[in-house]
Parts: sequence; structure tokens; C-alpha cells
Amino acid sequence: MATILEKTFPVEAGAYTTAGEASTTIKRTLKQLGISAEVLRHVSVACYEVELNLVIHSLGGTLTLLVDPEKVTLISKDVGPGIPDIDQAMTEGFSTASAEARTLGFGAGMGLPNMKRNATEFDIQSEVGVGTTITMSFALT
Amino acid sequence: MTVSELIKLIDATDMTPETDKGAEVSCGYTCDLLSWVMAHGAAGMAWVTVQTHMNVIAVASLMEMAAVIIPEDIEMEAPSLEKAKDEGICVLQTSLTAYEICARLAAAGLPGKSRD
Repeated sequence: MATILEKTFPVEAGAYTTAGEASTTIKRTLKQLGISAEVLRHVSVACYEVELNLVIHSLGGTLTLLVDPEKVTLISKDVGPGIPDIDQAMTEGFSTASAEARTLGFGAGMGLPNMKRNATEFDIQSEVGVGTTITMSFALT
Repeated sequence: MTVSELIKLIDATDMTPETDKGAEVSCGYTCDLLSWVMAHGAAGMAWVTVQTHMNVIAVASLMEMAAVIIPEDIEMEAPSLEKAKDEGICVLQTSLTAYEICARLAAAGLPGKSRD
């Protein structure tokens, strides 16, 4: 399917104050493309969750937005540390967030399940010492 | 209920006078766990929280909330207020506790968020 738009945003590990900037830009971009409010909401929530995960848990990574006539796709790719047990990580309430993240009101163990809930399709691949890739798509029709 | 009616109802100070006060408030909510709010927030929501850092504004903006209410005269950091102005998110400060704010909202007929 022909790609209408492709954009990649770097996300820095531990950058709590700027967390959400990529998501806000992505939301604005999609709004300009005329994406429906409902899809926009699902993308926004999942996008912010995945961006926060990069800030809280990763050693840094990128967030890529792809738009084609049928769907919006978000790809989060980081350079580690990787998730040892994906099933455990996907369990609501399980979190390995730092004390700093928890003080800010994060680390409730709801990020990954919330992404899965909001995306039409959700895929997570991870290897310890290598990194994690999360691919989410949101149907437009 | 509009944001300007909400301000009167909870004796609030408008910390972002530049933002639109005519927006309609759809429901009330209180929670300090941002992860939780991301999962349960709604558009048009008036959200009561003691958290005052930048991520509060990011959440409110992404969820398209009507207002963020800070209870007990807690001060929101200047960078957060700046971001709120940029994002068009109304931030209200009041001396009431979160409990008192919610009691007033409920007494005025503002519903909680619908269960989904």
C-alpha cells in the first residue's frame, strides 16, 4: 500500500520533561491529514504510552509514524536493554519502572496492555541485550 | 457546564487566562496516577490531580480534556503552565481539596466518566 507519510522521531532515555513531544507532533500531523477523532484518540494514547516506555525503560530509541490509505502504523524501536519475559511484561499491574518514574505517576504496569487495547494490531519483539520493537497499526476504515 | 462555569463553581484561579473558557466539560475525574489516567481519561474531562509536572499537560492534551484542576493551592511549575498555554489546556487552581472539588462537581450535576 502506498505510503502517504513517513516520519521518524528520536526518543531519549530518561528525558521525562520532554516525554510526549513526539506524540503531540504525531497527533497534530494526523489531525492535519483529517484522521477521524476516534482513530486519533486511539493512536494518541498508544503513541504516548510507547513514547513513555522508551523514556522510562529503554536506552534510547526511535518512534516511526507511517500512514497509508488503510491504516496508521507506529513502530517503536530501541537499542536495549530488552525484555526478558514478554508475557510478564504484558500483564496488567506488572512494572519494572524506577522510583523516579513512579514519583511522576507512571509505572502502574498499564502501558503495554493499554497499547494493545488501543491498537487494531499489536506486535512486540524483544531480545535481551539487543532491544525491543513494538509495531502497532490502527485501521482507518 | 462550561469551563468558565466550572471556575466559579470551585472558586478557582485561572492559571492559563489565554485558554478558551467556553469549552464544554463532559465529566469529572480525580486520579494522580498518570498511567491510570491514560487508560481511563476522556475528552472534555475536568481532571483533578496533585501532580504538577509537564507530563500532566501532555496527558490532558492528548486526551483532549477541558481542564486540569490542582487542589489545595498547590502551585503548578512555570514550565508546565507554559506548556499548558501552548497546548490550549486550561489549568485551574483552588484551595479546595480533591474531595471537596468532586463533591461540588457532582452536586452541580456533572457526571463521572462513562464506563467503557
